[in-house]
Amino acid sequence: MVHDSKIRVLIAKPGLDGHERGAHVVAYGLRDEGFEVIYTGLRQTPEQIVSAAIQEDVDVVGLSVLSGAHLSLTSKVMAGLRAKGADDVLVLVGGIIPEEDRKALQEQGVSGVFTAGSSIKDIAAFIRSRVRTGE
Amino acid sequence: MEEMPRQLIDAARQGSERALARLISHVEDRRPGWKDAMKAMYPHTGRACVIGITGSPGAGKSTLVSEIALRLATSGLTIGIVAVDPSSPFSGGALLGDRVRMRGISAASGVFIRSMATRGVLGGLCQAAKDVVRIMDFARKDVILIETVGVGQDEIEVVGAADHVMLVTFPGGGDGIQAIKAGVMEIADLFVVNKADRGGADETASEIAAMLELSSEGQAGKPPVFTVSALNGDGLTDLTAALRGYINRKKAGPVLEQAHVRREILGILEREVTCLIRERVASNGNMEACIARIMAGTSDPYTAADEIIALFAPASRIKGGMP
Ligand SMILES: Nc1nc2c(ncn2[C@@H]2O[C@H](COP(=O)(O)OP(=O)(O)OP(=O)(O)O)[C@@H](O)[C@H]2O)c(=O)[nH]1
Ligand SMILES: [Mg+2]
Repeated sequence: MVHDSKIRVLIAKPGLDGHERGAHVVAYGLRDEGFEVIYTGLRQTPEQIVSAAIQEDVDVVGLSVLSGAHLSLTSKVMAGLRAKGADDVLVLVGGIIPEEDRKALQEQGVSGVFTAGSSIKDIAAFIRSRVRTGE
Repeated sequence: MEEMPRQLIDAARQGSERALARLISHVEDRRPGWKDAMKAMYPHTGRACVIGITGSPGAGKSTLVSEIALRLATSGLTIGIVAVDPSSPFSGGALLGDRVRMRGISAASGVFIRSMATRGVLGGLCQAAKDVVRIMDFARKDVILIETVGVGQDEIEVVGAADHVMLVTFPGGGDGIQAIKAGVMEIADLFVVNKADRGGADETASEIAAMLELSSEGQAGKPPVFTVSALNGDGLTDLTAALRGYINRKKAGPVLEQAHVRREILGILEREVTCLIRERVASNGNMEACIARIMAGTSDPYTAADEIIALFAPASRIKGGMP
């Protein structure tokens, strides 16, 4: 039987910063790479992000954080996903992330950190290598 | 690890959002067992009131859907939303952005929102969206709102399968009126002029009313036209009251309409046949052989189509073929 599956990606902007450009670029870029991208807009609470990830049954959550609050916001999202039994979701973080925080994010369970200047092709390739599609 | 649909079905029925979401993916992706899952759910469906919302891009459909959902949820109804957007014909990907305008809906409200791409399957969007609606119905949603952009035939069919169709337009969009003319008018039973906060809404509402007057001459009821602002809430109480009327009527006596059932069978068949063609004909070399003959000038695409169909059905039964 032919499967008709697509990798679904939630792009979310937690926290209070109002800069949407980077998230837009990634959202459109991943669409052009063939992903189904659900974009939720600015200033999402971790609770809203987790709820959207569950309802949309995404394979990947991409968090774009420019405010500097990436460690606490990400840990709340990770905890929320775990609490809902969705810890198999691949979580990526992008934005302005100091090199020294990379490790801390990975320890929280984040699979990939893509700072400004990462190419969409690289992000797409990373996702494809990590998400199993239905053949 | 893949859950068995059976477990998902039970959990979705008992209210697990995660199970409902996974069940939808399972069916949407046509993973093994999807049809058995639909068969198992079918007898428990048909209860929900399904409302299609369509209209030109940017008319405020998502904002309106969100406001309506919140109002209905407050009165204790369980709500599902299906937001359909087109897939890119080039990449096959999609950018699904309706949730941006549905942020007023908190995670605690129990409103279940699912974004859906058309995935470019011929005749498939309609059936795929209907399947998602049916699954939400099974998961005990009282009301299901489907948002589509009212442009393509596929989209119109999606909302056409709903119990009621609401057409959203806005003032100054000669565009809005254009969209109505494109054929949604006949299937809409509720017209909404949104963005009334901007002025000019009354004129647009009068224009629509005049058009309805013309087209429904001699008929019993004319569809109502509501003037609202999804942004500041004006007119939403009346609009929601009208929808409550639909919901109560459906609750009083869900009816299975012959025409709906017929269309649903055809929809499923169309999609299945398309899959069959892609799977068998396009992959087993028959297609390549036909192409080669056409390239060599010894056949033509019509003959090729006949030959391929003949693999499925006796030649005598092919419509348009020689008797
Ligand atoms: N002034 C005004 N703006 C509105 C109103 N409702 C929606 N909008 C704005 O109109 C724009 C489009 O709103 P959406 O709800 O995304 O419209 P839509 O019809 O769902 O758009 P698509 O899904 O892209 O076709 C947004 O900027 C909204 O804030 C309204 O009642 N008044
Ligand atoms: Mg919308």
